[in-house]
Amino acid sequence: MSLKDDLANIRDQALSEIKNVSDVSTLNQKIRVSFLGKRGKITKVLRDIKNLDPKERPEVGKYSNIVRNKIQDAVAKKNQELKQALLNQKLKDEKIDVTLPGSPVPKGSPHVIQSIIDHICDIFLGMGYQVLSGPEVEEEKYNFERMNLPKYHPARDMQATFYITNDILMRTQTSPMQARVLEKYDFSKGPLKMISPGIVFRRDNDDPTHSHQFHQVEGLVIDKNIKMSDLKGTLEYLIHQLFGDKFDIRLRPSYFPFTEPSVEVDMTCFNCMGKGCNICKNTGWIEVLGAGMVHPNVLKMAGIDPKEYGGFAFGLGPDRFAMLRYGVKDIRDFYLDDVRFLSQFD
Amino acid sequence: MKVSYNWLKEYLNLNVPADQLGEKIERTAVEVDSVTKHQDGLKKLVVGKVVSCEKHPNSDHLHVCQVDVNQDDLLQIVCGAPNVAAGEKVIVALPGSRIGNNVKIKRAKMRGVKSNGMLCGLDEVGFDRSVVPEKWLNGIYVFPDDAKVGKPIYHYLGMDDDLIDLDVTPNRGDMLSIYGTVHELAAIYDLKPDLNHPKVEENPKLNASDDISADVDKKIAPIYKLRVLKNVKIQPSPLWMQIRLWNADIRPVNNVVDITNYIMLKYGQPIQVYDLDKINNQKLLVRNARLNEKVETTDGDKVTLTDDDIVVADDQKPVALAGLTGLKGAEVDQNTKNIIFEAGVFSFVKVRKMAQRHSIHTGSSQRFERGVNHAGVNEALDAACEIEHRFTDADIEQGTVTASDIDAKPVNVDITLTRINRVLGLSLTMPEASNIFKRLGFGVEINDDQMSVSIPPRRWDIHIEADLFEEIARIYGYDNMPSTLPSGPTTIGKLTNKQKLIRRSRRILQDSGLTHAISYSLTTAKKANMFMMRKSYETKLKMPMTIDRSTLRMNLLSGLLDDVAYNQARGVDDVALYELGRVFYKDDEKQVRPNEVEHIAGVISGSLSIDTWNHKSKPVDFYQLKGIVDNYLDDLNLNGDIDYEATSDYPEMHPGRTANIYIHGHKIGFIGQIHPVIADKFNIKPTYAFELDLKTLIEMPKREQTADSVSKYPSISRDIAILVDKNVTNKEIVSAIQKRGGAFLNQVHLFDLYDGAHIPSGKKSMAYTLTYQDQHDTLQNEVVDKSMKKIQRDLKQQFNVTIR
Repeated sequence: MSLKDDLANIRDQALSEIKNVSDVSTLNQKIRVSFLGKRGKITKVLRDIKNLDPKERPEVGKYSNIVRNKIQDAVAKKNQELKQALLNQKLKDEKIDVTLPGSPVPKGSPHVIQSIIDHICDIFLGMGYQVLSGPEVEEEKYNFERMNLPKYHPARDMQATFYITNDILMRTQTSPMQARVLEKYDFSKGPLKMISPGIVFRRDNDDPTHSHQFHQVEGLVIDKNIKMSDLKGTLEYLIHQLFGDKFDIRLRPSYFPFTEPSVEVDMTCFNCMGKGCNICKNTGWIEVLGAGMVHPNVLKMAGIDPKEYGGFAFGLGPDRFAMLRYGVKDIRDFYLDDVRFLSQFD
Repeated sequence: MKVSYNWLKEYLNLNVPADQLGEKIERTAVEVDSVTKHQDGLKKLVVGKVVSCEKHPNSDHLHVCQVDVNQDDLLQIVCGAPNVAAGEKVIVALPGSRIGNNVKIKRAKMRGVKSNGMLCGLDEVGFDRSVVPEKWLNGIYVFPDDAKVGKPIYHYLGMDDDLIDLDVTPNRGDMLSIYGTVHELAAIYDLKPDLNHPKVEENPKLNASDDISADVDKKIAPIYKLRVLKNVKIQPSPLWMQIRLWNADIRPVNNVVDITNYIMLKYGQPIQVYDLDKINNQKLLVRNARLNEKVETTDGDKVTLTDDDIVVADDQKPVALAGLTGLKGAEVDQNTKNIIFEAGVFSFVKVRKMAQRHSIHTGSSQRFERGVNHAGVNEALDAACEIEHRFTDADIEQGTVTASDIDAKPVNVDITLTRINRVLGLSLTMPEASNIFKRLGFGVEINDDQMSVSIPPRRWDIHIEADLFEEIARIYGYDNMPSTLPSGPTTIGKLTNKQKLIRRSRRILQDSGLTHAISYSLTTAKKANMFMMRKSYETKLKMPMTIDRSTLRMNLLSGLLDDVAYNQARGVDDVALYELGRVFYKDDEKQVRPNEVEHIAGVISGSLSIDTWNHKSKPVDFYQLKGIVDNYLDDLNLNGDIDYEATSDYPEMHPGRTANIYIHGHKIGFIGQIHPVIADKFNIKPTYAFELDLKTLIEMPKREQTADSVSKYPSISRDIAILVDKNVTNKEIVSAIQKRGGAFLNQVHLFDLYDGAHIPSGKKSMAYTLTYQDQHDTLQNEVVDKSMKKIQRDLKQQFNVTIR
């Protein structure tokens, strides 16, 4: 047998052992050492090279390098394979049930009415309005007198009032904020555009559709050139922003002592989208807010000349919006704070 | 007011379907509550003639009737009505019919006798008993003889008439009448109304002033008129008039009373009637009532009057509450022969106060409160007389006795076309605008851009320019108005810092797991006075509806505890809520209007998390809530140290588990466990709570945020474990450590606290990690060792600790 044959045998033996080995340490500590090590089989064979004819030596030498490289590559490749297998096994063992529930993160919910108020505020902020808030315990002067509701005015019937004294009361509407703002607004700073959200009170027994406490958002725009069509456009924009473009509004004549003309504003019924159902009494429309052009008396009483300035005002009820929007049947749900109810909204 | 479409058609050539008419009124004038017919939902009800009526063999009150309904055979119907008799024309519910209350009538046997239908009373075919004439209340209805056998009943009883129920706003009192509604519809549809006017045929031999005179206080009754009729015959009114009344929800009584109601419906002018012969001394007065004067209304209500009430009286007794209702004493009865019709205008304020004071609300009071047509009093009074004369051939005495009067004239309002278009955002031409006024029946004089509009007294709601804008807008139609947005100088819309902080507060607490609650501001006096963060007097309602809602809250927590109770009573034990709202403080008992102070409060009860497969929940504790509050206060970036100091000042809080919270030395609220006794009273599980003065938090100076550079040099951490007396607080130890720690001590972190087994009683084991850091150099171990020694020595000296 020639040395070359020996080398070929070694190569075959090594490759076969490498092929069959199944753990990293045997591969590296035993097989690699026994073939490639300083006292390994290839080294041993090469010791006999000196016995060869010098002419043959380079060829055998070259061949031995080929064999060595081959074995080295095989070991490296096998190492890679075994590591991968090991990793695969590890990953397999680490498998979890991804369908188990995640760890809960504590999370509170916003109050649905607050969310609606915030939404409304954001819409008007975008149109250059300021957001103002007024006292909940109000003077009769602002709540009624300045809003053009003198004593014994029939419209006061609509607003059963909690009085504290003869002159002090729980505000029945956010409208007194109109009087308060108008009284001190400096028109040299530009047009007045404001909304005022807040809690109001009525002397009512609580039942599914009445609450002695609820919310309102008042709106007021006063400048030299405000038109009633601006009111219509503004409310249309509000409804589109709040609920979507599919919802239309319509204006109907109504009566509020502090606006003239006064309108009631209906919007497309949420329930039937205008087709007519029992919620909208088959009209396709539901009443959502009251509005109008600010009554000249209100301006006059605030020291503003109605010939020079004028504008519109509106008042809407977030409670009613929420009831209609989400199909809430009982207004008391908003104030009992049942967490199962509140956590439905986010 | 329910308006009869048939009645309207008498004066107006209208042919639109009733529901369209209702829609049009709603969009142009006033709200329409409903458009209905009495016959809605009824089926197979016909006029029948009782041919024979025999006693039922097995009953002492039933009758067996053979009824002709214009079919091949007579119908045998068993009837229990006391007034059934042969020869009568009656309401027959045929087999398979539907009567009132959605009741179906089938063939049946009654005590062994076949009954093929039912004979009905008016209430049984759907009329409310309050409008059924007394005569027909306890039996079946009997038609006048001209009713045709076999025909449906509806037309005979006005049940096919469309009734449009108007919800009239306070300014449109004119529409509480047929004539007012006719004028309105004439304008809407651009029609000419065909109104009739009464022609009174007076008996020249009789003079009203011989029989009656009147003296009134003009402030109470600015218009007051009387007419006298003699030889009236009290009897039921003709059916057509009864129908007009019951279709307007008014019960027919007799021809005289019915006429007063009919006139009120037609003209909107209330009319009162008195029996002339019951008036003492032939004189009527309108005066203030006497204090505690006792009277009884014609409806039988006993009323004790005040001296602010107003009455019509003779020289002995009140005969009417002016503008409200008649009284017993001069009322018309079966034997009445001579009557006085009264028409007037009474002070709306007085009528309104009187109606409210005595809770007597009538068609008359409703109309006076909203105003009546000052120019229409005479016509209404004359019309009443004319009809009475027509019905009973009564003698109308000559002359109207007038005690007070107002010469009501049209009101002129000047307006320009430019203003109309500018205010409404329209582009009407002069003919368009002036035509709207003409349709409304207003006079118009045009001069260039200017219009002088003359408004008749029947529209007393219109007296300024803005009122005319409304007339134009609604008749022109809001649907035809364009949608625009305000033009003019730009304004900046943004939240104030305060508003931003409030929104931020909500966000932080929600992200910490608390849900936003809104509870009631009005509560019981007891709850209002709980959890007081400062001294304050309470604010009470003058006339609360219930004790539960009688006092303005001075804390938010009591409301939140109600919420916790509400949830836990419904099996929801884990409750975490916060509220942001106002409390109402009064510094002085005499202060009328309270100061409104924004607070923020939170409660946690049960557990903050639920048991899951990988995590066991823990009951809520002080430190969970303190963590939430810490996190919140930290986020507010307050410029000042936050301190918690144990307090037992709150009777509603656990005395050993409550702390006042200070920021830079200012008390801003408290945190702790609800006192177990209070928790018991609210019926809630152990609950932790905090309440803070949000107003002060918002106003407090905030830290300017600046960035500190992160040190490039490594830090050194050392742990120290000590055994210390139980009553030494963490704060005391930490501040001692910080005091002695030297310049490089950067952080003190408590990582263990233990007082269980192997710890001597009265002691606890605490372990801290101290982190040292030099910003400018690598820290030497020796420096840290030195600092640690100082700390240990100091702790030993101060607190007698054992270093472990």
